[in-house]
Amino acid sequence: MMIYLPIAEVSVNAFLLLGLGGAVGVLSGMFGVGGGFLMTPLLFFIGIPPAVAVATEANQIVASSFSGVLAHLRRKTVDLRMGTVLLIGGLVGAALGVWVFNYLKSLGQVDLLVKLCYVVFLGIIGSLMFVESLNAIRKTKSGKPPARKKHNWIHGLPFKMRFRTSGLYISVIPPLIVGVLVGILAAIMGVGGGFIMVPAMIYLLGMPTKVVVGTSLFQIIFVTGFTTLLHATTNYTVDMVLAVLLLVGGVVGAQFGTMIGSRLKAEQLRILLALMVLVVCGKLALDLLIQPAELFSIGAAEGH
Amino acid sequence: MRWLLLILTLLAAPLRAEEVVLGLSRDQVSISTNFDGSEIILYGAIKREEPIAQAPPLQVIVTISGPLEPITVRRKDRILGIWVNADSLNVSAAPSFYAIATSAPWEEVLNEADDLRHTISIPRAIRSVGAWSQVANPQAFINALIRIRMDNGLYVLNEGAVDLKEATLFNTAIQMPANLTEGEYATRIFLTRGGKVVSHYETSIDVRKVGLERWLFNLSRQQPLAYGLLSLAIAIAAGWGASAAFRLLRSG
Repeated sequence: MMIYLPIAEVSVNAFLLLGLGGAVGVLSGMFGVGGGFLMTPLLFFIGIPPAVAVATEANQIVASSFSGVLAHLRRKTVDLRMGTVLLIGGLVGAALGVWVFNYLKSLGQVDLLVKLCYVVFLGIIGSLMFVESLNAIRKTKSGKPPARKKHNWIHGLPFKMRFRTSGLYISVIPPLIVGVLVGILAAIMGVGGGFIMVPAMIYLLGMPTKVVVGTSLFQIIFVTGFTTLLHATTNYTVDMVLAVLLLVGGVVGAQFGTMIGSRLKAEQLRILLALMVLVVCGKLALDLLIQPAELFSIGAAEGH
Repeated sequence: MRWLLLILTLLAAPLRAEEVVLGLSRDQVSISTNFDGSEIILYGAIKREEPIAQAPPLQVIVTISGPLEPITVRRKDRILGIWVNADSLNVSAAPSFYAIATSAPWEEVLNEADDLRHTISIPRAIRSVGAWSQVANPQAFINALIRIRMDNGLYVLNEGAVDLKEATLFNTAIQMPANLTEGEYATRIFLTRGGKVVSHYETSIDVRKVGLERWLFNLSRQQPLAYGLLSLAIAIAAGWGASAAFRLLRSG
């Protein structure tokens, strides 16, 4: 069944969108990532204009994260306090990100920036996580207890705060900075930033993996919600019909994802996420390195 | 002055010995939610006061043009080992959709001079003012624009697609793709003999979003904040709904 999208001004298959939403929703529930880093490139691929894909994806992430976070709230695996601190940073970052996005759009280099961001961040985070989880799995197999880093430079910073759910007593500065960075990425890349947030929480802040997923989803809702509003009011690129189709699939998928995620071990979960991140990174890097079949592209007129 | 104009008009009148009478299967295309492209059938007759001139044979060209819009064509280049957008050409006006149907191969229906005068062929329909000052080889950019849009079915040249009977009745069907933009689609019919335009006729087809599409589009432009909040409300309601439904399923 073909559906015409009023803002994107293209006609696409409704079932294809439902399926995409569902598949990405499962991953979102499993890993606490919004799934935007997979969905946005997929939307480009089926012919949605990039600006519309980025803005609409933010709206869809709100839905799948909300669906996921409710499941986590019932299991009490959300650190609301930590989430709020991350969120404050996130909102500042999102505003900065939309500003950078609009500036680069006027230069015609937004595609390059988005792709470079993806390759660099996905590459670094994916390989770090992969190596770390592999080591963790090896250690559990050989019977040694997993070593947890208790103290590093982060614990020397001022403005300490107690985060009971995570069992942490650390400075609010690192979570704030993580929040700002993720907010910027959320706006530029049309992603919730979970794929950066989750490893940052585990490795930088030292939060337990079980709490990380729910907390990440919690703050993603607000950051992407804010991003959606900014895109809707400055660029007019949120396509409601597209968003509804994606989120109907997405929210159902997220529920299944949360169920699957609760049955896997933390190390297995991390290694799967790392592999997925690396695959997407590799695909994008190849696109940049191999000569494209069509060198030319058509875009909206530049404003000068 | 006035009498000179009158004489000119009188002189010009016999030239319009053959005129087009046109019918359209529809003069309005409504883009609704399930819009999946549209086929426009154009049919018409050639009205004349005198017997049909035998040679050169009469030919018909039909064009439908979407709204003109400024666009930018970019070319990727290898910089520091990666492929990035380097040169760009700003095209001042290119139709968002352009279809041509002719009654015979292109070389037989139109000569260069009349193509230039009436801007009929696809390259002529694209206006690029000051292209040479922007890039070294603007023609490569224009060619790429035409090639990409032809691949997407947005620019179409159908030679021989107009069916002409007894040099009097003609009809053709033009396929419009699903990804149409809104606006007035200028529709032109040219009659040619020996490559020269002897008569032409213009009308327009109105392409409009209707119903839900229209409402959403207007809301997003006129009240973007309300539109954004509505999008969020739908997203949160859907997320909560799915969560609640799953809990019911598992407990029940």
